[in-house]
Amino acid sequence: MASNAPAPADTFPKLLLRNARAFGDRPAMRHKDLGIWQTWTWAQMRDEVLALAAGLHRLGLKRGETVAIVGANRPKLYWSVAAVQALGAIPVPVYADAVADELAFVLAHAEVRYAAVQDQEQVDKILSVSDRLPKLEKLIYDEPRGLHDYDHANLHAVADVIADGRAALKQDANLAAWLDSDIAAGSGSDTSVILYTSGTTGQSKGVVLSAEGCIAAASDTVAFDRLDERDEALAYLPLAWVGDHYLNYAQGMVAGFCMACPESADTSMADLREIGPTFFFAPPRIFEQMLTRLMIRMEDAGFVKRKLFHYFIGVARRHGEAILNKQPVPAAGRLLYGLGNLLIYGPLKNVLGLSNVRTAYTAGEAIGPDLFSFYRSLGLNLKQLYGQTEAFLYLTAQPDGQIYSDTVGPALPNVDLRIAENGEVLFKSPGMFVSYFKDDAKTREAITPDGFVKTGDAGFFDSKTGHLKIIDRAKDVGKLKDGTLFPPKYIENKLKFFPNIREAVAYGDGQDFAAVMINIDLTAVGSWAERNNVVYGSYQELAGHPLVYDMIQKNIEETNRSLAEDSVTAGAQVKRFLILHKELDADDGEVTRTQKVRRGFVAERYAPLINALYDGSQEADISTQVTFEDGRKGTISARVKIRDVATVPVKPVMGKAA
Amino acid sequence: MRAPAASDIAAGEVLLSVENVSLSFGGVRAIRDVSFDIRKGEVRAIIGPNGAGKTSMLNVINGFYQPQEGRITFKGRTRAKMRPHDAARGGIARTFQNVALFKGMSALDNIMAGRTLKMRHGLLWQVLRRGPALNEEIAHRHRVEEIIDFLEIEAIRKVPVARLPYGLQKRVELGRALAMEPDLLLLDEPMAGMNLEEKEDMSRFIIDVNDHFGTTIALIEHDMGVVMDLSDRVVVLDHGVKIADGTPDEVKQNQDVIDAYLGVAH
Repeated sequence: MASNAPAPADTFPKLLLRNARAFGDRPAMRHKDLGIWQTWTWAQMRDEVLALAAGLHRLGLKRGETVAIVGANRPKLYWSVAAVQALGAIPVPVYADAVADELAFVLAHAEVRYAAVQDQEQVDKILSVSDRLPKLEKLIYDEPRGLHDYDHANLHAVADVIADGRAALKQDANLAAWLDSDIAAGSGSDTSVILYTSGTTGQSKGVVLSAEGCIAAASDTVAFDRLDERDEALAYLPLAWVGDHYLNYAQGMVAGFCMACPESADTSMADLREIGPTFFFAPPRIFEQMLTRLMIRMEDAGFVKRKLFHYFIGVARRHGEAILNKQPVPAAGRLLYGLGNLLIYGPLKNVLGLSNVRTAYTAGEAIGPDLFSFYRSLGLNLKQLYGQTEAFLYLTAQPDGQIYSDTVGPALPNVDLRIAENGEVLFKSPGMFVSYFKDDAKTREAITPDGFVKTGDAGFFDSKTGHLKIIDRAKDVGKLKDGTLFPPKYIENKLKFFPNIREAVAYGDGQDFAAVMINIDLTAVGSWAERNNVVYGSYQELAGHPLVYDMIQKNIEETNRSLAEDSVTAGAQVKRFLILHKELDADDGEVTRTQKVRRGFVAERYAPLINALYDGSQEADISTQVTFEDGRKGTISARVKIRDVATVPVKPVMGKAA
Repeated sequence: MRAPAASDIAAGEVLLSVENVSLSFGGVRAIRDVSFDIRKGEVRAIIGPNGAGKTSMLNVINGFYQPQEGRITFKGRTRAKMRPHDAARGGIARTFQNVALFKGMSALDNIMAGRTLKMRHGLLWQVLRRGPALNEEIAHRHRVEEIIDFLEIEAIRKVPVARLPYGLQKRVELGRALAMEPDLLLLDEPMAGMNLEEKEDMSRFIIDVNDHFGTTIALIEHDMGVVMDLSDRVVVLDHGVKIADGTPDEVKQNQDVIDAYLGVAH
């Protein structure tokens, strides 16, 4: 905290009051409703939150109790978070797309007494598992649609709770005074929020974060990126993810910037363009989708436009990054780039909604070097960061001007990083978590005796730049039978940088060689199929097409060439592959809600395919159960082909046979 | 001459009745002496095998076809002859078996088109978009936005409907019918050609429309599961003749219906 200006506000409700005093007329939150952007100023938001807090108090919510928050990014759900904190209770955001089972686990584990939810869908989901939630008493919902005929004994519209609280505050001066004193009584050591991890590594854990920790971490990064009340961000990331709670809620409260909530999840990219945020975060996947869509549309553009586009993208590739990094660039290059900015880059960024962005971040997965430099060459200040829920997101971030596609930057101010003997990254940071909720054993396991937290990620400091480089999950780095290092994620990421490949799962630990299962990208491959007169009726059919196999084989062979360049990874070249007949899906438990592949689970589920990869057969039958969006189950069967891939002979100097 | 408001009729009372209607095209007798009624606030299904006269029946109800015999009473007024635009003014809206939208216009504009009959200001005012005409347009746009929100099609508001997948086009068409704020909504095979997920979405919207706005709905549908789940009462036609009328359970057990659907040895 030493680096920050003395901040008396050590909880989020206190920050809210401070913001309402300091810049009450500035926008605090926006939401597009019925096609029109509605705006609340900090003063208005304070009034809403206080009224909601009073209403919740009158419903019986007490200090220290937990309240689940389930839904999309809606102002009333963010206000619920603040109102719950104002009463000294603890918000527990839960992923809105979690199936009933996952939801029941988190709500039961967190022992929530109340739940603030978005709509009928969430109400139904919670009611369907209510027998497993004996502590749950009341549900508060935002959207009334479809809930008209429900029994309202324990079901309240959030608008009614706010109205009730507002009326009570007006009538009863004592209540208003009590609420003020209750907020003042909140202390920095109070639990601010419990964030459940997405469960990449098994059952999700409740990460307990303190108010002062959250605020200290957010203050450091707000200063690092010079964010203030004139900034604006689009709050479209899942509410329950640490990224949203950090980037939008915490940084928004600390810096006082405006959070804009999109109309719906489907419209967020259009809303992005309308809002034109100055601070933007997106996982690499979103940047990739934006680029894929853009390229597909360029293929359909007229001849002149297409030529112009490709010419100036070439100019940007040569000079764009250097100009962004303020390095010397020849005058002709600068001139051409300026022209390109006028004709292509500016309009392009405008279409994408990135015109006003001062700082953009990406994290979560490795980003393809081409993808990364594409956006940077257009003049978008895209940077990488690294962190995790236990650290309240930030550990490292790239400072302006020191940007590399394969690093995640140096440790942030006040963050202490260390690499353990086994290569695992350890940290001590202002925002580090207090404990796992109701799980002391796991907490002890995660923290070293001298107070460092284990990230579970393997990494090292790059000798040239001093930046941290993350290779993989520490426990996932394996070895082939002959002892060669096998970093599965490293291989998968290289493969995923090809637009045709949406997902790749590599196997090889304890085996003779590395092999991969591929998910094709339906948008990219589908568009290719259309242009090349390849007829297909379903994903499964397209995935099994021989020409698609040829294309993917070329991609893998190129990956092998790139793996062979580095002596450490040369032995882990891919020898065989197959294309899966279905997309890996979170509903089937194959990927987490944040779209990370659960390799172990996938291995079990597709065991016959993996056996076939290693026993030399040319095809294999597989039959898997799938879960539809409404929870019903069905079965998909397929015969999947397997192919061999050429590898680059490992150089004899390595002392190994090819 | 204003049609009586539907609010004069209590829920559960007859909103529309069809009495002894017959319709033929030359020598083809599409509908023979059919009578049934639709009560206010219910979901009424008209089912039957191919060529049973279901769509003809809808076309008779909304005035597109003139029956040679029989009478139709809507909101207490009996008529011998009606034009489709009279039906629309009177509060009957419909969707079509093959989507009939303005393909080049956006989803928003298509739904706005459903408000045409509610516009009080003339064409000139609307072109000028000033003063009262502007206020009126804002009010209509508000209503349309509520429908867009209701049908969850915010993301396609500005997309020309020709570029939309079929299931969404059907939804836009339902939106346009809803924009008329009808007393009676006729849906001609709302689920035809949809996949399971789209069917479930559409079923939910139909139930919500009925619940939320209290709109009376008459629908034709092939998917028996959908019909039995959605409707309060079902009338069954076969070769232009009514063979059954009652609740879904009653109809399901009717021997004539089973024969008509499964075929019977003659």
